[in-house]
Amino acid sequence: MSASARGLDPWSWLGWPLLVAVGLTTVFAIPMRLWGLRLPEPVFPLMLAYAWAVIRPSMLAPFGLLLMGLYLDLLWGSRLGLWAVGLLVAYGFVLGTRAMMAGQSKPMMWAWYGAALAVGMGTVFLCVMLQVNETPNLIAVAWQYLATIVLYPFAGRLIDRFEDADVRFR
Amino acid sequence: MSLRDSSIGDLKVPLTWAAAVALVVAILVAITLLLTDRRETFRSEAYGVTRQVTDRVAAPVGGVLATPGRWVGQGVASVRGYFFAVAENRQLKAELKEAYQWRDVAIALRDTNDRYKTLLGLRTDPPIPMVAARVVTDSRGPFANSRLANAGKEKGVKDGNPVMSENGLVGRVIGVTTGASRILLLTDIASRVPVMIDRTNARAILTGDGGPNPQLGYLRGQDPVKEGDRILTSGDGGLMPRGLPVGTATQGLDGRWRVELASDSAPIDYVRILLFQDFAQLVNEAELNQMTAPPPAGGPPVLAAPAATTPAPTTATPKPAAKPSAAAAPKPTGPTAPKPPSATPSQAAARPPPPPAAAQPPTPAEDPPL
Repeated sequence: MSASARGLDPWSWLGWPLLVAVGLTTVFAIPMRLWGLRLPEPVFPLMLAYAWAVIRPSMLAPFGLLLMGLYLDLLWGSRLGLWAVGLLVAYGFVLGTRAMMAGQSKPMMWAWYGAALAVGMGTVFLCVMLQVNETPNLIAVAWQYLATIVLYPFAGRLIDRFEDADVRFR
Repeated sequence: MSLRDSSIGDLKVPLTWAAAVALVVAILVAITLLLTDRRETFRSEAYGVTRQVTDRVAAPVGGVLATPGRWVGQGVASVRGYFFAVAENRQLKAELKEAYQWRDVAIALRDTNDRYKTLLGLRTDPPIPMVAARVVTDSRGPFANSRLANAGKEKGVKDGNPVMSENGLVGRVIGVTTGASRILLLTDIASRVPVMIDRTNARAILTGDGGPNPQLGYLRGQDPVKEGDRILTSGDGGLMPRGLPVGTATQGLDGRWRVELASDSAPIDYVRILLFQDFAQLVNEAELNQMTAPPPAGGPPVLAAPAATTPAPTTATPKPAAKPSAAAAPKPTGPTAPKPPSATPSQAAARPPPPPAAAQPPTPAEDPPL
């Protein structure tokens, strides 16, 4: 097997995107309101959970998502482990359906991304509902879902860049 | 030859399985953390060291990141002020005219109020000191609504302190560290605040759900609330002082009564943390749980009298004084009966300062004819 087929540097497809997601999440957490409107709060790491699972299975990716989820919980003040579970469940869902969906057309990939978001955010929704015995506001959940699903082009770009790097998992 | 270059490296299945095992391990770790976290208890010991360290680091970072946003906000406000100066001037004049009338009413009411307080000997709440802080991060998703403010332990902020913007209640402090405090917003799904409807005095619990308008729960009575009613904190439970403005009542699309928060109409960059101490902070639990030692054998006859009237037990029973907790309790030094826990010096020191002389109960000689 050629060296180029193995040349998937973990730092380039796991490390950098992780740092970018941390940075974007922190920037979007600043208190800012223009004309009475606040910034949206997309869940950037869900984009990574999808893209990493599509690119190839990895042993580092779940732990990267675990760290990222803990960071989200600490920054947003939610229960520790809440978003870590949500991200990992979404990652597991994509990994499980990967053989069926990989290589589909862009609209289908987008729909798959939407389904992964629904699974991840649905898990968080259920966890919160069980913890506080209260249903989270569905409109607020829908807004966050919409703010995250429009990020698909960035996930697609990451996939396009790295999915052919390791031919064993094409 | 390295492992990668060998034929083992070409195997696909082991890596897939290893990735699956890694995923399962990571999920187990996450679930364990989730189950052991006690965020919803809102107790200071549940706000762990990890959160405190993160808040301490995030506060200055968020402060730096928020600076350009604040400049942009100020710039936009300046532009709006320039273009809408005439309309704003007209509106302010109208408001000022109304405010003059309210001022006269307020002066008259204050005078009446002072007189009633003197007549009744009412002990009103002392003024609450407050700390101004800048908000440096803001989470506003459906599952967590909190803010990080850049004032912490060094300024006397404690868990449970209410937080207000210039227009109304924002939330309360749930975690404090040096230089930062975490504020749980009224909109957070775990937030519960006792409130009252100003018009009817009916009580309710303001329950956040992650949306912009928290619900009014546990409403009682016939039509206790109407559209536009003003909602205030009730002070029930001692968590918050009574009478802080919260917002106005409105009926949601789902038919439930909700509150349009007054704090939403204010800028979100600055808040005021009220250094108000709730009952839980004032009470010394250890002291309350301490059992009072019985009086000594040669104590006052008043206490000894009931014992003399009771028939002697036929079997030997352990006396209360033999209990370890009672033995550990400080015994009274004099013949007087032990004071109740509320009268101990440590709690007296923790109490707010007494009200001004005008609010003290009048002496009998000063009692006016009612």
